[in-house]
Amino acid sequence: MKEELFQEKIDKEQKIEPKDWMPEDYRKHLIRQISQHAHSEIIGMQPEGNWITRAPSLRAKMILLAKVQDEAGHGLYLYSACETLGISRQELVQQLHDGKAKYSSIFNYPTLSWADMGAVGWLVDGAAIVNQVSLQRTSYGPYARGMVKICKEESFHQRQGYEIMAEMAKGTKEQKEMAQDALNRFWWPSIMMFGPQDSDSPRTGNAMKWKIKRQTNDELRQSFIDKTVGQAEIIGLTIPDTDLKWNEKTEHYDFGEMDWDEFWNVVNGNGPCNHQRLAHHQKAHTEGKWVREAAKAYAKKQELVTQ
Amino acid sequence: MSDLFTYTLRIADSSLILGQRMSMWCSKGPTLEEDIALSNIGLDMFGQANGFYEYAAQLDGTKSADDLAFNRNEREFFNHQLVEQENGHFGITVARNFLHDVFNFLFYTQLANSKDETLAALATKSLKEVKYHLKHSSNWLIRLGDGTDKSKRKIQEGINTMWQFTGELFEMDEIDKQILNAGIGVDNTALKKDWDSLVNKTLSKAKINRPKDAYMATGGKKGLHTEHLGFILAEMQYLQRAYPDAKW
Amino acid sequence: MIEKTIVWEVFIQSKNGLAHKHVGNVHASDKVMALENARELYTRRNEGSCIWVVKAEYIVSSESEDSEAFFDPSNDKIYRHPTFYTMPEGSKHI
Repeated sequence: MKEELFQEKIDKEQKIEPKDWMPEDYRKHLIRQISQHAHSEIIGMQPEGNWITRAPSLRAKMILLAKVQDEAGHGLYLYSACETLGISRQELVQQLHDGKAKYSSIFNYPTLSWADMGAVGWLVDGAAIVNQVSLQRTSYGPYARGMVKICKEESFHQRQGYEIMAEMAKGTKEQKEMAQDALNRFWWPSIMMFGPQDSDSPRTGNAMKWKIKRQTNDELRQSFIDKTVGQAEIIGLTIPDTDLKWNEKTEHYDFGEMDWDEFWNVVNGNGPCNHQRLAHHQKAHTEGKWVREAAKAYAKKQELVTQ
Repeated sequence: MSDLFTYTLRIADSSLILGQRMSMWCSKGPTLEEDIALSNIGLDMFGQANGFYEYAAQLDGTKSADDLAFNRNEREFFNHQLVEQENGHFGITVARNFLHDVFNFLFYTQLANSKDETLAALATKSLKEVKYHLKHSSNWLIRLGDGTDKSKRKIQEGINTMWQFTGELFEMDEIDKQILNAGIGVDNTALKKDWDSLVNKTLSKAKINRPKDAYMATGGKKGLHTEHLGFILAEMQYLQRAYPDAKW
Repeated sequence: MIEKTIVWEVFIQSKNGLAHKHVGNVHASDKVMALENARELYTRRNEGSCIWVVKAEYIVSSESEDSEAFFDPSNDKIYRHPTFYTMPEGSKHI
């Protein structure tokens, strides 16, 4: 009965709020998805943070720092939404450290040149935005509201990446090579960010029924590719897929086979940076412990004073 | 090189180098909230640096703000040695920033009255930001000083190791004197009294000791630095140096 | 062991004259830190003129299972709305 009322609400496009009854699996699915999303924002600070101190102009420095900082902010919005489901941020971080929670595999790839700041902004943020725009309509209220805020703030992220790519593509020979190289390395991992093909994605079923997800992996991927091909053409870069071509019938781009072996390898911990990213996060967490304890001890003393 | 140019450049250099240090905290903060706070301070410092470099570039007439930031060597940088010191643990960063924030607060308060309208405007804008930085670092200084035994030890260590770099803040060389006499610059020596009293007040609130004034490092104004600056610049200027023909 | 922190709900007044609106939470060990953290996180784009923070544990919420009893009774009190009343034709400023 409860379950039917719940589904009815969802079918009527009403939002589920923290105090509402929800099936345990819905809660679990949300915790998994939102925390994975939050961890991705936080771990995603590292590949770009890698270049803040080397950004080649004052303007680029400020933009990149502001952008990476936004990612920390977005991680916090998402942890905040996830906490409304009755789990603490500390538990979520613990799950990340224990390897029980995942984050987007794209961040296990290294950023090797300044052009990668372009590729990450343009492609990785671009792909993330396609997903996030769709999630603004997700059925869980706090998650949907978080997404609205994130989408509003992220609109500059993709632009800054594309701007870097465009500048470099029309720059010196070396710059153009760097830009093309970055596109070559980030293209496939970016389109695999949308996850396995629908036929291989066991969780899509309930997630669609509960309207946690509003579009399938393949739909989102297609929409991203359709948008991006033209952008590459305009700046004179070549997407590294010989099978890529416009299909008059479907009015979409056809594209080549993705390397799912590589995808699962990276998901399962064998990517170039899996270990490094997690170790970096754990180190910061461990090194900050005495600070957090001090702040707590201080607060306790203050309470005793005011009582 | 005009005195005003050098005077402006020195301010810009200190802002840039501190900004660079703060940006190194990104993704390493003790909490996620504090990570964001440290980046915000970094962004403010870069913004200030940018403003002062723009003005210096305008005074120079041939170089851009980016040229000034990315194409000068260690010996041509005039920042305070204090700001180039390594971040170390959080207590070191808090101590370094606090000591510098107090100075910046007093310095910009004076510079806001400069006869030079551009410097006065830049100072007024910077002052707003620095007031917040000072609040932030003071609050942390007190939390750490009056937190646990461990944090007390660490923040005291921070203050102790940074102390020798504070003497330089109040030095006046010929250029400073010229600019002061022109009604443009600040009398740094005169800031010392207020700096002492503000620092003492917060240190005592934090229940930590003020180190004895012993040997004070000097040299920033002459382009003499600790070894740290070379590495900061090597990293920061790498792309500009490796691809001198490229535009970014 | 899992560390415990205090969660604070954050309300931002975006412009002078408007009401404070809930925007999310921050973690902080004391109220000064809570305000600063809220400022850093929720006003990065000039969104605020005033911030409230309140410990999440002090927020009391109605329960969703009570929502019928709580809110439906006001459904039929249409006389509380100005459109309920018939005004003589041609009357103005009322």
